[in-house]
Amino acid sequence: MDTDQLIRTLAADNPHRAPRVGAMLTMALLVAAPLSILIFATFLGVRPDVMTAMHNPFFDMKFAVTLSLAIPAIIVSLHLSRPEALMRGWGWLLLLPVGLLAVAIGSEAMMAPAMPMTMRLVGKNSRWCMLAIPAMSLPLLAGALFGLRHGAPSRPVLAGALAGLLSAGLAATLYASHCTDDSPLFVATWYTIATAVVTAIGAAVGSKALRY
Amino acid sequence: MRGREDEWTDLMRSAMAGDDAAYHRLLKAVTPVLRAAARRGLARAGQPPDQAEDIVQEILLAVHLKRHTWDSEAPFAPWLFAIGRNKLIDALRRRGRRVFVNIDDFAETLPGEAPQETASTGEVTAQLNTLPQRQRDVLQSIAVDSASIKDTATKFSMSEGAVRVALHRGLAALTAKLRDH
Repeated sequence: MDTDQLIRTLAADNPHRAPRVGAMLTMALLVAAPLSILIFATFLGVRPDVMTAMHNPFFDMKFAVTLSLAIPAIIVSLHLSRPEALMRGWGWLLLLPVGLLAVAIGSEAMMAPAMPMTMRLVGKNSRWCMLAIPAMSLPLLAGALFGLRHGAPSRPVLAGALAGLLSAGLAATLYASHCTDDSPLFVATWYTIATAVVTAIGAAVGSKALRY
Repeated sequence: MRGREDEWTDLMRSAMAGDDAAYHRLLKAVTPVLRAAARRGLARAGQPPDQAEDIVQEILLAVHLKRHTWDSEAPFAPWLFAIGRNKLIDALRRRGRRVFVNIDDFAETLPGEAPQETASTGEVTAQLNTLPQRQRDVLQSIAVDSASIKDTATKFSMSEGAVRVALHRGLAALTAKLRDH
């Protein structure tokens, strides 16, 4: 087939309209979410004292942190799905959860400690946390990668890492309602490790799956 | 060159609004530029320039299948050159070359360069033969025999909708095969 023939063929297919990457990502995440929620409902569930926990600002802070990871990661991943997009000017969005955690750790340090620092840090659920967040992330990560495959990222590894960040952020939001460890020190340690694992998986899979 | 690139942006806007002829003109207009850039990239990697046409066709397919990622408020050329660069890097990598693509390979303007003849390529043609029968028939009818969608539908006793679906799926499958082979 010569190039003129190819061009004619492509022009004949011009009426075909593909959905935007954002629509595809939304759809894929909505399909994946029930699986993650099923894992949550089967093995974890909302903590029994949730009504009292809601009056604890550090409980609420966990959601602020996880959503400030998930939502910017979604925004940046959609930005990077355009081939000419640069990271410059967008990276700071991903520092939001770090900033929030720093503020939270600072304000906890100024209060009279309810528990010794090592206990707050290690908590009661660190092992569960490192297992549950990645487990609930996996369906969402698969969905995110599927949705982002519809885009044309110039840096597939970075785009895959963002798919990891956004799915870990969403999974951690679920997990936060189960976990009774509310100390920002706990969140900064164990949530971060779990997120790093999911991000690494996303980057590894993305390096192949997000090439176009 | 600003003028040329503004013209591309206008053509692409019309194409996205449903003007197939504008889309055809746009693809014709960008092809010599892509070809020159592919030749430069190959030369820099110490590769014979006769593979440029394979790369051009791969870029055109990617442009086509990813055009929904173009923001119609943005200029077209940076988007096009980013895709061109990615595909050139992929192609050189597949040939086992250490990749050093000059960022200006695509953006550079070459007023002196004569447009080259359109050429046939091995890769797309070879992968075409591995497609399912129906997609291959439709692609060949439209590409090689220059039949319209309507004529193709009559020829294979298909509905026009089915021809359109086979055409699009065939192009997508072709692109996937080129990427993964």
